[in-house]
Amino acid sequence: MKNEALYNYVLRLGDDSLILGQRLGEWCGHGPILEEDIAMTNISLDLIGQAMSLLDYAGELDGQGKDHDALAFLRFENEYRNALLLEQPNGDFANTMMRQFLFDAFRKPLYEKLLDSTDQQIAAIAEKSLKETRYHLKHTSEWVIRLGDGTDESHQRAQTALDLLWRYTDELFFETADDVALVASGIVPSMNEIKTQWAKTVQSVLEEATLVIPTNNWQFEGGRKGIHSEHLGFLLADLQYMQRAYPNMKW
Amino acid sequence: MSNREWPLWEVFIRSKQGLNHKHVGSLRAPDATLALANARDVYTRRSEGISIWVIESNNVHASDPSDADSLFEPSDTKVYRHPTFYEVPDGIKHM
Repeated sequence: MKNEALYNYVLRLGDDSLILGQRLGEWCGHGPILEEDIAMTNISLDLIGQAMSLLDYAGELDGQGKDHDALAFLRFENEYRNALLLEQPNGDFANTMMRQFLFDAFRKPLYEKLLDSTDQQIAAIAEKSLKETRYHLKHTSEWVIRLGDGTDESHQRAQTALDLLWRYTDELFFETADDVALVASGIVPSMNEIKTQWAKTVQSVLEEATLVIPTNNWQFEGGRKGIHSEHLGFLLADLQYMQRAYPNMKW
Repeated sequence: MSNREWPLWEVFIRSKQGLNHKHVGSLRAPDATLALANARDVYTRRSEGISIWVIESNNVHASDPSDADSLFEPSDTKVYRHPTFYEVPDGIKHM
């Protein structure tokens, strides 16, 4: 493989988008109101679209003729590199919005930096995806603020979601020794930079939402290394069923 | 289960530069910011617009349908209000 470090990096980006997109799609037909049902499935489809571009590029870097379908439908659980946060179950609406918000606040500064990537393909994907991601972050910020600073019940649910999901946030900034080389050649930004911006966004929105960041700083990790929670297997069973049951089918 | 519903909003979309905003439908949202967001998601998914207006439905005042005969029928017999009785001079094109 000509650039294994970059392949792994792009695969992580693609898997994050794919798994969160699939999760969010589970709300289709179950949204709290019609308008939000459509909003969530729009975001889901944006993410799946990003996953297609990213996984296609990963396949190209891999050089074994795999396209996005091969990478999405024909890998095993331990071959996925998405962060654990994104495979967590939807829970209630507050939980889904909080998960999405914590991710969007990470993805937006990342895409902003990837715009300047010396790798043209990555820069192009970032440019297209950033427009979508800016809107996702706006949408989820508005909701986190309204839920947190809403009724007693919505506040409670939003705080519970934050307490539950906070422990998965550190893993978003996972960086390997190989990545440091990519940073040095200007292909990707350093995760420290992204984390600073993420923390700024998250703090200001959570403050406005009157929500409190948990003091317990125990953090989970594993997804980036292919060690997943029990939830991913079930998600993949849904996602991959058709391709596994009827190999090579198209519809 | 609460029976309080979010207010209804009327959505107007401008499809391209130079055209008017046109009423396209309505939706529910808790406030103006989310009404705009919802309108974007519900009514512009297929590139229908470049600008959105929303207005709370209870701010719209409508004419009473039962007044239609006194409001609108009188103009039916006033054909002279249409500019069809003028001769267009020869030199004028595109009229």
